[in-house]
Amino acid sequence: MNIYVLMKKTFDTEEKIQISGGAIEEEGAEFIINPYDEYAIEEAINLRDEHGGEVTVVTVGDEDSEQQLRTALAMGADQAVLINTEDDVEDGDQYTTSTVISTYLKDKEVDLILAGNVAIDQASGQVGPRVADQLDMPYVTTITEISVDGEEVNIVRDVEGDEEKVQTSLPLLVTCQQGLNEPRYPSLPGIMKAKKKPLEELELDDLDLDEDDVEAKTETTDVFLPPEKEAGKVLEGETDEQVKELVSLLRSEAKVL
Amino acid sequence: MTTFLAFGEARDGELRNLSFETIAAAKQIDENAEVVGVVLADQNTENLANDMIQYGADRAVVVEHDDLKEYTSDAYTQAAMAVIEEEDPDGIVMGHTSAGKDLSPRLANKLDSGLVSDITNVDGGEFVRPIYSGKAFEKKTVKDGLTFVTIRPNNIPPFEKDENRSGDVNTLEVDIKDIRTIIKDVVRKASEGVDLSEANIIVAGGRGVKSEEGFEPLYELADELGAAVGASRGACDAGYCDYSLQIGQTGKVVTPDLYIAVGISGAIQHLAGMSNSKVIVAINKDAEANIFNVADYGIVGDLFDVVPKLTEEIKAL
Ligand SMILES: Cc1cc2nc3c(=O)[nH]c(=O)nc-3n(C[C@H](O)[C@H](O)[C@H](O)COP(=O)(O)OP(=O)(O)OC[C@H]3O[C@@H](n4cnc5c(N)ncnc54)[C@H](O)[C@@H]3O)c2cc1C
Repeated sequence: MNIYVLMKKTFDTEEKIQISGGAIEEEGAEFIINPYDEYAIEEAINLRDEHGGEVTVVTVGDEDSEQQLRTALAMGADQAVLINTEDDVEDGDQYTTSTVISTYLKDKEVDLILAGNVAIDQASGQVGPRVADQLDMPYVTTITEISVDGEEVNIVRDVEGDEEKVQTSLPLLVTCQQGLNEPRYPSLPGIMKAKKKPLEELELDDLDLDEDDVEAKTETTDVFLPPEKEAGKVLEGETDEQVKELVSLLRSEAKVL
Repeated sequence: MTTFLAFGEARDGELRNLSFETIAAAKQIDENAEVVGVVLADQNTENLANDMIQYGADRAVVVEHDDLKEYTSDAYTQAAMAVIEEEDPDGIVMGHTSAGKDLSPRLANKLDSGLVSDITNVDGGEFVRPIYSGKAFEKKTVKDGLTFVTIRPNNIPPFEKDENRSGDVNTLEVDIKDIRTIIKDVVRKASEGVDLSEANIIVAGGRGVKSEEGFEPLYELADELGAAVGASRGACDAGYCDYSLQIGQTGKVVTPDLYIAVGISGAIQHLAGMSNSKVIVAINKDAEANIFNVADYGIVGDLFDVVPKLTEEIKAL
């Protein structure tokens, strides 16, 4: 099976957010593989081990994205592709990213594409379905189970807490939800091997794309932190008093009861 | 005059609340727009269309088809595209729900359009949305093409229902075919009663609740408050409750008026699903727990002592 994984690097989950010059300050921040993409990588490796074939991890990013691609290779992916748009794209949006990815994929032989259902930074969840539509492929979002038998694919997906059982067929794109698997940590031999695995670097030119072809359709005009919340009131006294005061505050001050 | 499509979302023969929020959002984006309510469903569309109108839509377009009983990307795309082609709108508003998240990017792609997902607020022509798990917000505008947004449930207040309002309902016949993903079965996990994403008050339990029985006092409190019960992933993973109660980045994103977090530490993935709540109460025995950093009111104490007393106090009101 030819399996592709769409991956994005994101800020480390615990990273503090600071803003400078109307944008999120990235200097000095720790980056990780978007956690939902990690589920995609893990599942791709398992499916390859079961059915044979190759796992290729694709990212649209900058030269620093190599680090997360190496981690994916160390987990067990076979090869990686970095589409570096740093010099060509100033302010891309989901249209930009999905167009770049589908242009890269359109002449490949693809059986299965796995992506995260959402990225923990921009959290739009658009790229997977957009890529599928550009490739005219069926897709299933927020999956928690997948099994492949020949061309047939059986999936369980999470629909706001309900479980939906879906049958479909390859070629297919899925987006991964927590619960699908427990991503492995790269092993030491895995990390050594990853250094020698192929990592191809491409730019828009190599895909016959211009900046104009991928120009964003939306624009971010401001980025700001939530209004500083006053420190919450921690209620004092015995439980009985705390509870009385809480109810009174919820009625008179917060006016929610 | 511009035309905006406001997509309703039917479930079990009724419209979810956010259906009406899409209408209000469309009017907020452009107060002069003609707002067309859209209903895609397998039955009862005429009534649902009238609901859309009574909640402020100027008229409605419906597609009624057996294949629209359960959401599938293929069937809903064909139905939605038929409506869009008929109306040629300037803007589209949908809910940021499971179905909306699945459908909107595909439509946006077909329409060669941008899409601003998961907005919580309309500010002139700008859309506000939480990013980085709610640690920051951004404002977005549309540069090119349609104004296409999905709205986070429970953030943009709907208009009052006006039983006297009426308008045109147009039914489109659509030939739905080639559905490539077949739904074999739906296992309903979400409990009956209040939909978490629409609830005004939520009592949520975490790993601190310690067992399935430990959730009982939370249900009793919720009953008194007319609230829904939710949970952290910690509580779900430990088997104290079903995953359908999960709130957070993986689970449901909620914005109630009052959120009572009981025995929940306040991990960032949990906050991503509830930090926009209007008032947050934390009950936790650890005074250092992160949940207190987002709480408006906190009680440091044992939940098994605090929660029953709180229920009694509310009962006495
Ligand atoms: C990719 C990813 C996605 C995730 N998505 C989600 C998500 O959607 N939702 C989510 O919730 N989590 C999510 N998580 C998990 C999250 O990181 C935390 O592990 C989880 O929220 C912890 O749950 P908890 O607060 O119940 O448990 P804990 O962190 O164990 O906290 C339990 C709390 O209970 C308190 N306590 C214990 N006993 C008592 C008592 N008797 N009285 C009062 N207080 C008591 C303790 O002081 C503690 O603060 C996700 C994680 C990852 C990696």
